[in-house]
Amino acid sequence: MTDSPRLLNDAASRWLLGTLALLILLVPVFSLAVPETSPFHLSTYTVALFGKYLCLALLALALDLVWGYAGILSLGHGAFFALGGYAMGMYLMRQIGSRGVYGNPLLPDFMVFLNWPALPWYWHGFDNFFFAALMVVLVPGMLAFAFGWFAFRSRVTGVYLSIITQALTYALMLAFFRNDMGFGGNNGLTDFKELLGFSLTSAATKNGLFVCSGLALIAGFLLCRWVVASRLGRVLVAVRDAESRTRFMGYRVEHYKLFVFVLSAMLAGVAGALYVPQVGIINPGEFAPLASIEVVVWVAVGGRGYLYGAIVGALLVNYAKTWFTGAFPEVWLFLLGGLFVVSTLFLPRGVIGLLGQRRRLPAATAPGGTH
Amino acid sequence: MKPLLLLLLVLTTAGAAADSGTGTTMTIDAIDSRPVDELMLALGTASFRDKETLVTQLAASGDARVPVLLQALLDGTLYSDATTGALIATPADAAPIPLAGAARADVPKDDLRKITVNNGLRSQLRVLIAATQLQNPDPAVRRQAARTLTGNAQTTLLPLLDRALAAETDAGARAALAAAQASLNLANPDPAIRAAAVAALAETSDKAILTLLEQQAGTETDRTVKAGLARAITDLRGREQRFAFVGDLFFGLSLGSVLLLAAVGLAITFGVMGVINMAHGEMIMLGAYTTYVVQLLMPSHIEYSLAVAVPAAFVVTALVGIAIERSVIRFLYGRPLETLLATFGISLVLQQLVRTIFSPLNKSVITPQWLSGSWEVNGMLSLTYNRLYIILFALAVLASLITLLRKTPIGLQMRAVTQNRAMASSMGIRTGWVDALTFGLGSGIAGIAGVALSQLTNVGPNLGQSYIIDSFLVVVFGGVGNLLGTFVAAMSLGVVNKFAEPLVGAVLAKILILVFVILFIQRRPRGLFALKGRFVED
Amino acid sequence: MLEASRHLPTNILYLEGVTVSFDGFKALNELSIAIAPGELRAIIGPNGAGKTTFMDVVTGKVRPSAGAVFFRDDIDLTRHDEAEIARLGIGRKFQKPTVIESLSVAENLELALRGERGVFTTLLRRHARAARERIDAILERVGLATQRERPGGALSHGQKQWLEIGMLLAQSPELLLVDEPAAGMTDRETELTAQLLREISGEHSVVVVEHDMTFVKALDCRVTVLHEGHMLAEGTLAHVQQDERVIEVYLGR
Repeated sequence: MTDSPRLLNDAASRWLLGTLALLILLVPVFSLAVPETSPFHLSTYTVALFGKYLCLALLALALDLVWGYAGILSLGHGAFFALGGYAMGMYLMRQIGSRGVYGNPLLPDFMVFLNWPALPWYWHGFDNFFFAALMVVLVPGMLAFAFGWFAFRSRVTGVYLSIITQALTYALMLAFFRNDMGFGGNNGLTDFKELLGFSLTSAATKNGLFVCSGLALIAGFLLCRWVVASRLGRVLVAVRDAESRTRFMGYRVEHYKLFVFVLSAMLAGVAGALYVPQVGIINPGEFAPLASIEVVVWVAVGGRGYLYGAIVGALLVNYAKTWFTGAFPEVWLFLLGGLFVVSTLFLPRGVIGLLGQRRRLPAATAPGGTH
Repeated sequence: MKPLLLLLLVLTTAGAAADSGTGTTMTIDAIDSRPVDELMLALGTASFRDKETLVTQLAASGDARVPVLLQALLDGTLYSDATTGALIATPADAAPIPLAGAARADVPKDDLRKITVNNGLRSQLRVLIAATQLQNPDPAVRRQAARTLTGNAQTTLLPLLDRALAAETDAGARAALAAAQASLNLANPDPAIRAAAVAALAETSDKAILTLLEQQAGTETDRTVKAGLARAITDLRGREQRFAFVGDLFFGLSLGSVLLLAAVGLAITFGVMGVINMAHGEMIMLGAYTTYVVQLLMPSHIEYSLAVAVPAAFVVTALVGIAIERSVIRFLYGRPLETLLATFGISLVLQQLVRTIFSPLNKSVITPQWLSGSWEVNGMLSLTYNRLYIILFALAVLASLITLLRKTPIGLQMRAVTQNRAMASSMGIRTGWVDALTFGLGSGIAGIAGVALSQLTNVGPNLGQSYIIDSFLVVVFGGVGNLLGTFVAAMSLGVVNKFAEPLVGAVLAKILILVFVILFIQRRPRGLFALKGRFVED
Repeated sequence: MLEASRHLPTNILYLEGVTVSFDGFKALNELSIAIAPGELRAIIGPNGAGKTTFMDVVTGKVRPSAGAVFFRDDIDLTRHDEAEIARLGIGRKFQKPTVIESLSVAENLELALRGERGVFTTLLRRHARAARERIDAILERVGLATQRERPGGALSHGQKQWLEIGMLLAQSPELLLVDEPAAGMTDRETELTAQLLREISGEHSVVVVEHDMTFVKALDCRVTVLHEGHMLAEGTLAHVQQDERVIEVYLGR
């Protein structure tokens, strides 16, 4: 609006940011300062788990930006996440150096095992952290740009677009499963030792990664809020609600979609890059269509078009997943499947909508349907 | 007729034995002088050299036991009883057959002495077996026998082939015999005969003959024959390429038929109704599992199991489809993205359900006898029956579906409801029911596709997942709501896939097809056979 | 487009021999029309006469299979897409009112407001105070001042029509294409709409496609009658109502 909404004019967002900030402060204290004998001590396992959740929340946030605001339901966001993860994984592989099983100072173990004579060209540079960090955002961003350029320009919308994004991640999964791609094939990249010289197994590093994930989530959230609160955010909503009308008003719809899609892919890449050192592995399974569509259900459960809804949904569903896959593994897929049905049939606005929080964000009045 | 031929056979093979320098010369009198049983029993203690002579004589005897004996000897299942000297064949798939000597029940294992053969003997045996088969009443066996003799037999077999050719009535067998004859003439010292043989062989379509000619080209000294050989080899290579193309095309069409079967149900639910059913792949999977269950229920009638499985799978998946439509999808009409998510959830539930009931492991579905094997069109082209049948089956399913939609009252109602719901409703059509039936129909066809797929791939809980994206691509590529478009799209994607695969690899082929479809949609957003007009966009 | 409006073109819109066919069916058949700058023109015709297709061609939604479409004498519209045509200065109001349902009335107008439409401009720049005043003025003019903060989706059908007209005013195009503006309006609203369109013509050129004869009468302008994709008659309403072919088409034999 002409008197623009301030970045943080709603209580829910302030609450969310406060909670995140508190977590960032308290988790390291309970993990590092509280002695292990105390019941309040947090194990490094728990810290890594929390850190993992925050990365997944960032991924959900990225998806909500395109789905909740521009109406682009991407079923392939896991691909951007995984690419970011692979970029980080390649850096971590190079850090292993001669400490691998085969002791080759240059080649990662799997390449020695497959008799690769030399490091492939695309592995060069990944021994430098800043180069790798750049690739974490550039590679997903470029893929999103190339894909979006074709798809949006040809006006592939709605379900068609969703299916093509799913096909995209499926194709990448098949490609990364191949050994001759040079990304470790089936097993992916693993056995990481250290990051920037910090041992990945130490409690301090785990806490550091947790804090980084939390900060990344906060930064991502603020960035998304800034985008959706700008005039561009309102153009996105217009595209979502009435694409054709927006075009007749003189807006280049495909440029707007492309911008937000690339931005979202980069955020997903960052999430993947933070995720990998915390779980210690990246493999082609992250490209599986199911992995991507699970992200959609997090956002749907939380409530799309609120940004914080995506975060809440990601945390809720992933906590439930951890709990169920531990206690009743065979029930989890029934439950996940049920969540899809229930959230679309009964919770069109997600948990956030259910709680009756109707702060009027640009998208808070999102209709149940797509158009 | 028969004894005469066998006599010839003996002469020729005996000659062959003499040629190869075994040193033992058998005369015709010897055959008369030693009864068949005696010859057989002699095998038990004979040296390899003696065996060569003995089997030749035995083959000539015309005795009914001889084919069994020769086969057993070749298979290494011929034994002699060390105590009595009796000869016993023990085929793998039948009870032991006593052949000669005093048979006794329950021969102790230690008494059984295997009658051994060496490689030279083995090739001789193959030729002899083929020669005995030249008189087989079944033309197919005669054809196969002639093919075995091609390039493998000694030139001394030529008169036998000449005779067989003169008596042959079956066209296929004649051609095969002629090829065999010509292949033997390649060794003839007379260049004119060799040239004629080369000319005759140039007309054939057989990979073995191509190899034979290539070998001959390496050793041939006569210039005229050499030139003829070069021409013949070019001819055969050209033919080989053409038949390889036909074979690839056939394979591509069969891949396309699989795609068509998988996609045609989706063309109904997505194309006609506009419902995005991500559980479509699981309908296929349920169809495959129905086949598995049907085979469990009728283990002794596997040959007929598919005939039962097709309707059973249709009913099962159609009912599941109707249940899904009534309980979930009908609340989501007009909200495609929500439908997509909800049906994806259903697909997860169905997969897990199958895992819980049948275990996560793959189940083996038996392929009936009539579906296995292949049709040998000629020496360069053979088409497997399962792929042949799946093409026919896919076409039949498509044809019946089109008939159902165009010619039956329920088909008319389905089209009416999808085209103008309000109007159809006001004419007294129960639109809710028609929706459920249409969705059931689409799901049922997916189930039928599952029966067909159970014959080609592993049946497991994830069977459907691999087809869902391909199916959507086919429907979108062909133009939504257009069955003919679906057909053309499926077939062309199948063929393109088959031809692209050897060039760029399976994964890249898939990615390229994906890129192609995206680019194609850019040019023609509504598919191959798009409907145009002002109402389409809404 | 501001630079472009310095000289006055002969025709703001000029169609010659435009044909559009869908699977053999000719929605437009050699249609030729010329609209003068500042002119208000009504286009009438029975269902399927090609009125909506005419608008689709002008706004770039449909490419003609033959013929020429020129804006301001020398801009070939068949070479541009919807967004470019909108930026050139052609606005369109749809038959079914289409507003952005989740945005407020003021935000709807703000989106339509003339100005840079680039991605980064919209991300980084806010509208100036002048823009706010302009929005207020438009809200007054279309009678939605009290609805300012309501979401577009919450408006009544008539209000949506007004909002969409307001959005066109905000866009301030040289040429306005208006598809059945009176549909679903009360008599009073219809009259006000006709009055508004008369007012803005002169400053803008306006082409109205309409069914409602009372509305066309109220517009009091030149009328073009379309039938089966080509022009049947042109002139004042009274004139075309005398035309025998028009009577035949409308009343049947």
